[in-house]
Amino acid sequence: MASDHGDSVFANVVRAPEDPILGVTVAYNKDPSPKKLNLGVGAYRTEEGKPLVLNVVRRAEQMLVNDTSRVKEYLPIVGLAEFNKLSAKLIFGVDSPAIQENRVTTVQCLSGTGSLRVGAEFLARHYHEHTIYIPQPTWGNHPKVFTIAGLSVKTYRYYSPETRGLDFQGLLDDLNAAPSGAIVLLHACAHNPTGVDPTPEQWEQIRQLMRSKGLLPFFDSAYQGFASGSLDEDAQSVRMFVSDGGECLVAQSYAKNMGMYGERVGALSIVCKSADVAVRVESQLKLVIRSMYSNPPIHGASIVAAILKDSHMYHEWTVELKAMADRIISMRQKLFDALQARGTPGDWSHIIKQIGMFTFTGLNAQQVAFMTKEYHIYMTSDGRISMAGLSSQTVSLLADAIHAAVSAVV
Amino acid sequence: MASGMLSLTCPSSSSLSLPHHFKGGAAAAGKPKLLNQASVFGKRFVNTESFTRTTMAVALNVSRFESITMAPPDPILGVSEAFRADTNEMKLNLGVGAYRTEDLQPYVLNVVKKAEKLMLERGENKEYLPIEGLASFNKVTAELLLGANNPLILEQRVATVQGLSGTGSLRLAAALIERYFPGAKVLISSPSWGNHKNIFNDARVPWSEYRYYDPSTVGLDFDGMIADIKAAPEGSFVLLHGCAHNPTGIDPTPEQWEIIADVIQEKNHIPFFDVAYQGFASGSLDVDASSVRLFAARGLELLVAQSYSKNLGLYAERIGAINIVCSSADAATRVKSQIKRLARPMYSNPPVHGARIVANVVGDPELFNEWKEEMEVMAGRIKSVRQKLYDSLRAKDKSGKDWSFILRQIGMFSFTGLNKAQSDNMTNKWHVYMTKDGRISLAGLSSAKCEYLADAIFDSYHNVS
Repeated sequence: MASDHGDSVFANVVRAPEDPILGVTVAYNKDPSPKKLNLGVGAYRTEEGKPLVLNVVRRAEQMLVNDTSRVKEYLPIVGLAEFNKLSAKLIFGVDSPAIQENRVTTVQCLSGTGSLRVGAEFLARHYHEHTIYIPQPTWGNHPKVFTIAGLSVKTYRYYSPETRGLDFQGLLDDLNAAPSGAIVLLHACAHNPTGVDPTPEQWEQIRQLMRSKGLLPFFDSAYQGFASGSLDEDAQSVRMFVSDGGECLVAQSYAKNMGMYGERVGALSIVCKSADVAVRVESQLKLVIRSMYSNPPIHGASIVAAILKDSHMYHEWTVELKAMADRIISMRQKLFDALQARGTPGDWSHIIKQIGMFTFTGLNAQQVAFMTKEYHIYMTSDGRISMAGLSSQTVSLLADAIHAAVSAVV
Repeated sequence: MASGMLSLTCPSSSSLSLPHHFKGGAAAAGKPKLLNQASVFGKRFVNTESFTRTTMAVALNVSRFESITMAPPDPILGVSEAFRADTNEMKLNLGVGAYRTEDLQPYVLNVVKKAEKLMLERGENKEYLPIEGLASFNKVTAELLLGANNPLILEQRVATVQGLSGTGSLRLAAALIERYFPGAKVLISSPSWGNHKNIFNDARVPWSEYRYYDPSTVGLDFDGMIADIKAAPEGSFVLLHGCAHNPTGIDPTPEQWEIIADVIQEKNHIPFFDVAYQGFASGSLDVDASSVRLFAARGLELLVAQSYSKNLGLYAERIGAINIVCSSADAATRVKSQIKRLARPMYSNPPVHGARIVANVVGDPELFNEWKEEMEVMAGRIKSVRQKLYDSLRAKDKSGKDWSFILRQIGMFSFTGLNKAQSDNMTNKWHVYMTKDGRISLAGLSSAKCEYLADAIFDSYHNVS
């Protein structure tokens, strides 16, 4: 009986391991060493190693909290309308014909994860193909999101360990072999975890191949503006696909580019062939959302909307965003230089070639474990480090650790 | 935006001007070659003689989502959409359960405003919360529910995970049931909140109903309830409303709760509480938690979903929690870890803002007391409009019809007993918006409007069948 202390209805529930990515921070927090370094989760840190709330975000938040006319009534199921409209313009471009023709439905979701999940649930219910191709490797949470939504997950070649770059031919071959209509997950920019992106020419080839096979693109855009420092440049891959008049899904996150991590702000857009289809699609998205959490949280989305719609704040944002992107680019250079200076064996140029928050170092799990144990440096076991977690002070520590790991552990 | 329906809810959306500072679009891109659709699809169809040029043209422009049908509007949230579209000046929104002041304005609690100001002054960061949510929130929410000195909490037998208000917390529990109790059914009261079935359907958890509402007495069908709970397969999850049953407003008495607990224990069922109105029903947080505490005190393992939408007016912040009371601290640790595994592929980690507000209000003795006072005012206003509505109906209705159920029901809602046709009449003739099951939200009623509402109910009940 459940009422006996010894017996539980949960007796067969085993303890789950910590999430591999978020678990890195859990382990880091437990470490008492004063020299510890957290290069695990992709959250931006300042040069002083502190989390950053953008000035423009603080200002927007202040405005909102001090506005006594504001209320906390339920948002519509699809979220804050203004936010949705502005998000679509941000990713698709203000002149986007798809938007002007009302062919885009955009719904506010819980950051990138929530947008991916809602999109996946929608596809599992309403799309005839239930296989999604994800790049190898990809963000650790991707396969879980798609699987639990009812899609079956396959991979396409992406990263070449030999070149530490894109296995472009492998990518093309695998997408070419995919069944017509299959869903394909694409990282819009700053591929996570590798930092390796296709060139514009390669994107064009991918687009042509996908359209010829009727493959359905599902973009994950978590780093718009954060990768190159330019919002428009980082949206090119998405806009290229939308310009050809075809359909696609786009999951947007404001976690990194607006530093809204904990507020869970994002949007799912589905670009459809016609306005009529978009209306029907939106109505079905609402059913997915209603049974999951009814309607999305207002706070973060209001902040984002306030910034996007005001030209001064928008400009201020682009400046702060570029500063973050530039700091990361400078950390890349510093780390590369430090490894060169130490004569660390191997070719480390991928550190400056890769783009975005992360570097796929090429270190193996044993080397990573060594760095954690001996140097209290925390990263995911695939060798991914968050450059956003580095500072000029800590670069030399990291370089020492990499040097030691590469020399001592093979 | 693509939605015709949306224009009802956000009239400003069509008048949003294009911000001039948005650069880019196709112009900045270096326009990619427009897909020559004819040639791409031509390749595919070249060997298929049966395809005419017309068919090809149709095939070129067909959406992959062409066959998707229009989903019906949400029966509850759709009511507010319809209300907003109505231009009649007498209109009254008694649809969704959101508290309104006597002036029929939305209400942000003073303690919430104070908490938000404090948070702003402290300049807190916006880092990711852990998957299980804000630790200080999880602590206070479990204490609020069970009592701070509850041995269950001291023994660490309660697994608490921050969830997206009530819905999100229920969904996490449903996902846990689906994975760890395959085939187990959830028993839902008839009627219940409309979204309960959606949650379990989409989580692929089977459900069945137990009798609850007795239309002949406009009260609780207690014998039916007990019989149906007894008849269910052992180890079923019994979904119970902690207080202020939605939509009926009819709660079991303390004595009835004891009997319900007896039956649940006998059948090794698992109690699953939905607590969306703690403090809001009677005005007392402790009184409204007594059903949950009764079950917990018996040593039963149970699930409790909490929401702060109504009692702290945090509707749009989506703040709640799923609590699992387990027989041991070890079980609680394991269960919590598995709930985290279900939250991660849903939204990774929950939103921080609402959680901080709750933690600040409940964790500060002064704010907590102030909150209790504001809650008493809200619950008090609802009790007083119940009285006024009843008095108005009694004055109007000399037919002998007993309207006293309005006074016996508790919480935000009243189940009027009106059928669908009568409810439609309420809307079509009187511009009173409510859900088709006859539920009205008293939180949306002002004392000034009680007469009008009484007229509408009287007319619908007696003149429409």
